[in-house]
Amino acid sequence: MNAPVTASVIGVASAHESAELHVSGRATYIDDLPEPHGTLQVALGLSSIAHGHLRVLDLSAVRAAPGVVAVLTGADIAHNRSGAIIADEPILVDDLIQFHGQPLFAVAALTRAQARAAVRLARVEVETLPAILSVAEARAAQHFVLPPVTLARGAAEAALQSAPHRLSGQLAQGGQEHFYLEGQVCLAQPREQDTLHLWCSTQHPTEMQHLVGHVLGWSAHQVSVECRRMGGAFGGKESQSAQWACIAALLAVRTGRPVKLRLDRDDDMRATGKRHPFLSQWQVGFDDHGQILGLQVELASDCGFSADLSGPVNDRALCHVDNAYFLDAVQIRSLRCKTHTVSHTAFRGFGGPQGMLVIETVLDDIARHLQLDPFDVRCRNFYAETAGAGRDTTPYGMTVEDNLAPALFAQLVQDANYRARRAAVAAFNQGGGPLRKGIALTPVKFGISFNATHYNQAGALVHVYADGTVLVSHGGTEMGQGLYTKIRQVVAHEFGLPLDKVRLSATDTTRVPNTSATAASSGTDLNGKAAQAAARKILQRLAQVAAGLCGADPAAVRFEGGRVRAQGTQTLDSGFAELTAQAYRARVQLWDSGFYATPKIHFDPVTKTGRPFFYFAYGAACTEVAIDTLTGETRVLRVDILHDAGRSLNPAIDIGQIEGGFVQGMGWLTSEQLCWRADGALATHAPSTYKIPTATDVPQAFHVQLYAHDNREDTIHRSKAVGEPPFMLALSVFSAIRAAVAAAVPGLQPIALDAPATPEAVVRALGGLERTDPDAVGRP
Amino acid sequence: MTVKFTLNGIAVTAKSDADTPLLWVIRDELGLTGTKFGCGAGLCGACTVHLGGQAIRACQTPLSTVDGKDIRTVESLSKDNSHPLQKAWIAHQVPQCGYCQSGQLMSAAALLATNHQPSDADIDSAMNGNICRCGTYNRIRAAIKDAAAEMRASA
Repeated sequence: MNAPVTASVIGVASAHESAELHVSGRATYIDDLPEPHGTLQVALGLSSIAHGHLRVLDLSAVRAAPGVVAVLTGADIAHNRSGAIIADEPILVDDLIQFHGQPLFAVAALTRAQARAAVRLARVEVETLPAILSVAEARAAQHFVLPPVTLARGAAEAALQSAPHRLSGQLAQGGQEHFYLEGQVCLAQPREQDTLHLWCSTQHPTEMQHLVGHVLGWSAHQVSVECRRMGGAFGGKESQSAQWACIAALLAVRTGRPVKLRLDRDDDMRATGKRHPFLSQWQVGFDDHGQILGLQVELASDCGFSADLSGPVNDRALCHVDNAYFLDAVQIRSLRCKTHTVSHTAFRGFGGPQGMLVIETVLDDIARHLQLDPFDVRCRNFYAETAGAGRDTTPYGMTVEDNLAPALFAQLVQDANYRARRAAVAAFNQGGGPLRKGIALTPVKFGISFNATHYNQAGALVHVYADGTVLVSHGGTEMGQGLYTKIRQVVAHEFGLPLDKVRLSATDTTRVPNTSATAASSGTDLNGKAAQAAARKILQRLAQVAAGLCGADPAAVRFEGGRVRAQGTQTLDSGFAELTAQAYRARVQLWDSGFYATPKIHFDPVTKTGRPFFYFAYGAACTEVAIDTLTGETRVLRVDILHDAGRSLNPAIDIGQIEGGFVQGMGWLTSEQLCWRADGALATHAPSTYKIPTATDVPQAFHVQLYAHDNREDTIHRSKAVGEPPFMLALSVFSAIRAAVAAAVPGLQPIALDAPATPEAVVRALGGLERTDPDAVGRP
Repeated sequence: MTVKFTLNGIAVTAKSDADTPLLWVIRDELGLTGTKFGCGAGLCGACTVHLGGQAIRACQTPLSTVDGKDIRTVESLSKDNSHPLQKAWIAHQVPQCGYCQSGQLMSAAALLATNHQPSDADIDSAMNGNICRCGTYNRIRAAIKDAAAEMRASA
């Protein structure tokens, strides 16, 4: 009964639903909301040691400071243990300090300046304990937040022993600060009958609702959380937004007043988790053609002081070491190391990039060893293009039924003119001088769905008002990825309405309950299907009404272009609004809910096997770089991307995600270096020392194409998720830089380049710097 | 003390402390929230406004320094998104999360006020202090060029 796709708003590059607001400064973020009368402002007292006992917390001068209304410590909180999965984090430290920057107390005052001034009056005495600050130290000490996990298939050790060639290596990967431009922020307002409403910048309103309820000793129906949009999140507001909401909620309930907590940027950078740094070791056995025969990998990640989301992040890393390649005999061991640093968390890709960078490094080294083109070695190791004839099963037991990597590679190698350019790069490098170039073409295969099956559900609530306009609520949150825009397209399509007849409400736990985080790239897949299901229920009833008016079969009623048409005993050609008005008078329900649970998926969390992913999203990128062998500086000269967004719901949004994901991944692998000092303090806690890509860093030649191809699975209009997968297109940057380093020092083996490939790291890899940096012991 | 200046062409009097960053005067005291807080250290560009036509970082500009000056924020570009930059921003679908975009627009507007035909290098140089974490730089560049072309055509 829905209109054919060709005549609809599906697949159209319609503008972001907030575009008019974004460009006029009228898009409202949490800090822009009018503050209720009497709102208190919060500042935090943070730990200045990495590990130790809090012996004295004398806040008498803080309490007496001008403007201070309330002070909160860990001792004041009855339920002071929280966490996304395991409750192993204090809201405020009550005894054991576990990282430099950990919140010790919170001050609510009439103004932010008063709160900040009062914080400095605290007298804190601590008993310092030895701190573990790097993944290498934690690994050596077997210091873990969660037990090690091994994923194995076949006899990897035996395959290594009998292989004609063997190589081994180590890869250190740094973490990454989210640097959402809008920092963590929450406004909490007490309401009648012991209820509380929170306006928060969060990817996970439901989890925040439950955690706030937990720390207050309240039930879920007493707490509501609302989020219209975020000024960026990237995973950093999945679990990490809840602590600030809990503090604001506790202070609001204690004082009976509205409370706003907006973190200062450097507090935000110190006190919120980041992408997990990884230290990986690998051994590979392969044949004369570069086909992998056996692989052993150990992935040691720096989880920080608590479990947070480290279990699923590391599971995803495990499940992405294969990337697009068949690994017959394989053993991957995952160590979830505990350090005395901030607890590392979700970040676009969620462990996938860290796992995938290992195998891409391995394949480059195999190719160099055999003096083959890495492109050919990659092609040789791909999963079979069609399932059922072997080489089609992942290490975790899932059959790859939708393998697009070979086809993408075949097209991009032509589009990017890879072969000729690789020869030109080699010729350039023969010419001497301080510059060297590198070129690399790498694939992406990224599993779509939450690894934990039960998160793969969503709900939506669609209201059709009697005047024919539509309001949609769903469980997903808008962080710039275009979710609301796509949901609007989906619902408008169902009703055959123009986009301006459909609006999205703010995401609110009072409208749609028990939602999952907007994460794992799944926002549109899940919420789009739920919204469509809700719309179709209403549409069935409207079709009955229309059919009754003209004596037609309800299945023959057409909703197109804002009109309703049917041919029965009479002809019906009605405006949508006329029909809804008639339906209202006929006492027909014009609103409904929809629910969606992703089919086919299952995953055993103990054996780490099953079909965790509904499907895979694919992509490929060809990147050319230049390095300066004297300074170690790098420059991305050109990138060509071919990416699979299925049948794109909105090409403008999808290409924007691809461009932005690549730039963010490029930053992770080149300039964004986190440094912790010897005392555990984050040295890079502002954009002055933490280098995020800006306009000058983006390659001038930046070509992005969508690989138009329907999703073989029944996703919303056969589209594919696009939030995270493009991040890993940037692995080609690192691969190209390693190629340039190799070209600079013929015979250099191994290429000991750490990520990010900062100028220092490049010079070190070239052999020009010792591996000592007394100010940065936190590096793996 | 009070500080008098013009904000988007309207005479205003601010009563905040003299060392209060202009950003908070604009947002909290005068109620215009289009200008955003990003880093508070003049490093991300989210708070970019114009002082006498020049792009400055409002979070690092004390109120006392704007006495008698002309300050313009994103709200001054147009009332109806008719500024060539706003039109080009929408046409190129620049914003993703949108949070940095008022600062991006104000840096771009300052550039185009003096340079109607900016090269890529001019654009990168003018925009280099504005971080977009969503990575919309390609579209920003393209939108600035389109807006410049429109401004040349109508000049």
